[in-house]
Amino acid sequence: MFGYYLDLAWHSLKRSPVLTALMVLAIGLGIGASMTMMTVLHVLTDDPMPGRSSQLFTPHLDPLPLNYKQGDDSPDAADNVTWPDAMALLKAHRAERQAAMAGGTLLVRPARADLRPFNVDGRFATADFFAMFGLTFEYGEAWSAVNDAARAHVVVLSDTLHRKLFGNGSGIGQDVRLGDHDFRVIGVSADWQPKPLFYADPGAQHYSDADQFFIPLSAAVDLKLSTNGNQSGWGKNNDSTSLTGATMTWLQFWVQLDSPAQVQAYRQFLVDYSAQQKALGRFERPSTDAKLYTLMDWLNHENLVPNDVRLQLWLALGFLFVCMVNIVALLLAKFLRRSSEISVRRALGARRRDIFLQLGIESALIGVAGGMLGIVIAQIGLWSVRHRPDDYAQLAQMDIPMLLGTLALAIVASVVAGLLPAWRACRVQPALQLKTS
Amino acid sequence: MQLRPILSTLRRHKLTATLLTLQVAFTCAIVCNVAFMIAGRVQRISVPTGMAENTLAVIESTSIEKGQNQQAQHTADLAALRGLPGVQSAVAVSYSLPLDQSEASRGTCPSKQALDRAEQINSIEGSGCVQPAQYDGTPGLINTLGLRLVAGRDFRPDEYVSTGKPTVAIVTRALARHLYPDKQALGQSTYDGDNYIRIVGIVDTFLRPNLRNPGVDDESMIWPQRPDSSSVLYVLRSVPQDRQRVLKAAAAALLKANPNRLIDPQRMQTYTQIRAKYFQRDTTMIGLLLASALGLLFVSALGISGLANFWVQQRRRTIGIRRAIGATSGDILRYFQTENFLIVSFGIALGILLAFALNLTLMKFYELPRLPLYYLPIGALLLWLLGQLAVLGPALRAAAVPPVVATRSV
Repeated sequence: MFGYYLDLAWHSLKRSPVLTALMVLAIGLGIGASMTMMTVLHVLTDDPMPGRSSQLFTPHLDPLPLNYKQGDDSPDAADNVTWPDAMALLKAHRAERQAAMAGGTLLVRPARADLRPFNVDGRFATADFFAMFGLTFEYGEAWSAVNDAARAHVVVLSDTLHRKLFGNGSGIGQDVRLGDHDFRVIGVSADWQPKPLFYADPGAQHYSDADQFFIPLSAAVDLKLSTNGNQSGWGKNNDSTSLTGATMTWLQFWVQLDSPAQVQAYRQFLVDYSAQQKALGRFERPSTDAKLYTLMDWLNHENLVPNDVRLQLWLALGFLFVCMVNIVALLLAKFLRRSSEISVRRALGARRRDIFLQLGIESALIGVAGGMLGIVIAQIGLWSVRHRPDDYAQLAQMDIPMLLGTLALAIVASVVAGLLPAWRACRVQPALQLKTS
Repeated sequence: MQLRPILSTLRRHKLTATLLTLQVAFTCAIVCNVAFMIAGRVQRISVPTGMAENTLAVIESTSIEKGQNQQAQHTADLAALRGLPGVQSAVAVSYSLPLDQSEASRGTCPSKQALDRAEQINSIEGSGCVQPAQYDGTPGLINTLGLRLVAGRDFRPDEYVSTGKPTVAIVTRALARHLYPDKQALGQSTYDGDNYIRIVGIVDTFLRPNLRNPGVDDESMIWPQRPDSSSVLYVLRSVPQDRQRVLKAAAAALLKANPNRLIDPQRMQTYTQIRAKYFQRDTTMIGLLLASALGLLFVSALGISGLANFWVQQRRRTIGIRRAIGATSGDILRYFQTENFLIVSFGIALGILLAFALNLTLMKFYELPRLPLYYLPIGALLLWLLGQLAVLGPALRAAAVPPVVATRSV
């Protein structure tokens, strides 16, 4: 029966080719626009650390004084951590792994004569950074807590920067001049660029930035290397601008917790820590303000998806909706026009269910064609998104689930659009129709 | 033209007519709001900076030499740049130009009393103090940028300082009005907590590096202060078509004068490029909004004419009968046109309500202003026109149905 209905549908569609083409075009445009924007949203809200993200958390303390006024445009000062707090959390060692970090840009002065000095972005971090985030090493290894304590001038380079500085040779053990100091290369990590760069400061370009070098945080603070990102201070004296002062937030802090029990315990630890700081007179806000964000909750909190992208998605969905209403109206008119044909089939013994199935298949056929067109249009749409200069542009690629989703959405949309007309058409009174025609 | 027969026919096609009405309504609601958003974005991207934009080009230089006398280097660089063919004038600013993102702003008060008031309420709001963007630059800034001085004068050479704060400043008209709402701003002294700074000139417009909201976007002040950091922005003025060539020559000249510096190719831009980059998201959005509005109108027209086509085919026999009993082809044409007018009108009526609902939602989530009323009659007119155009073809075909059809059996 299915083959027969398919054949019938094909003939019916062929009878009015222009109209069929227009319906396919309408559904294709609607689906294409929606899928383009859904894909963009999908890649923007994707998990940057699949398999690991559920174990990564960032504590959120609130050391701000009660009368601190948050600027309208500036990021939340409590999103970052102060140096004393970060050091206290590190020392407490209550998590499986923990690391404090901050971004920095340094001038590289290559030893090679054919390379001009250039700026690179990197990270000042503590030892657990590598194991916690799962960086893999091409050569050498990460530094240890001992190096942290010694404020050692060591550096881990990314594969890209290593190649740029040393060609195909090995740079392990050699010195690299970063800023005004020499750092000994102890490791080369495989290129590492989670998208978004979840651990970066709220002001970073989360989808395009990548770290090219890693230096012990203690050494960076010791050498007073300048950091990227938001530094918010509220102290009265020099304390508010000193990196190690208690009244300026500038560090990011991440912990790895493997079990729900650990998470629970760490939450309690943060509240206890805040209460203790409050008792000491350092914190002024309620100690229950201390929070522990999961990685995905943190990204949500940071609100990395530009408002424009959401607006564009709504626009595309609105467009799809109008296209759907349009197709429902056209299919209804088309099916009702065939009332007499349907009546003859009904009189010859076809059940309502058969008519419904036949017309349903006809609408699904339009849906499949529309879906195919939608995929093509979505690819064109994504291609144009990739040519925008936004930092997320390069991510706009359709993966297999999104591709299948497009097709499914198109078929579901058109079958839903065909339901009402098919239901209405299979309820025509055969006797009446046969008499009047 | 009698409406009764049309209405009774539509009642027989209730479902189809309702669907078409709904489609028109949604199109009306979305298109009105989209048009409003487009207007908002267009207004945003066409904000004037007050500068002679198409004559300016910018190149950033960052010194990587320790302990160098930066200002001596800037002076030497400027001399080299001014000597380039095509360069009419050149100045150095420390890092900022309008729409170039990185902004220095500082609290400035019209008087010491206002500052005390601000400290008392721990807020700048309501104290009379403001947060203007602060620009600096080497002598000749006003002329090189092409700013229009509307009162007072440019800085005198002896007013420029190399370190510390100057004693005079030039402000924009908007800032002058905000600081001194009811007196002449020229000659007044502003207070920033440590120093009094006298206003010696007022320029018409000089936009902020980073837009905030239209009320304060044009509040800037210029200090006669020479840049003193390792990173400096050279602004070059030339005829528009020379700018790219001038930039290339400038990069070469700067590296020749002192190779110990970084020149980021990304930061060698004509001002037109800086502006385009700042508003790039808005221009993308305008394109998308425009495309979706046109797409919606197209799909609606498609639905209207497709449906009219069906109805004409379905009613061939009845049309023939009407013709046979005396209706002219003009009557038939008008019948379909009126029918369409009715459906579209219902759609518009519903669409106006939907447009407001949609606008309220957008206001809530996207901080959009309220939809002005005049968008609605324009939207309605557009849809009526579109409907009539879409129905014209099928209606003409209907009018061409000969009376003889009535006598044939189908």
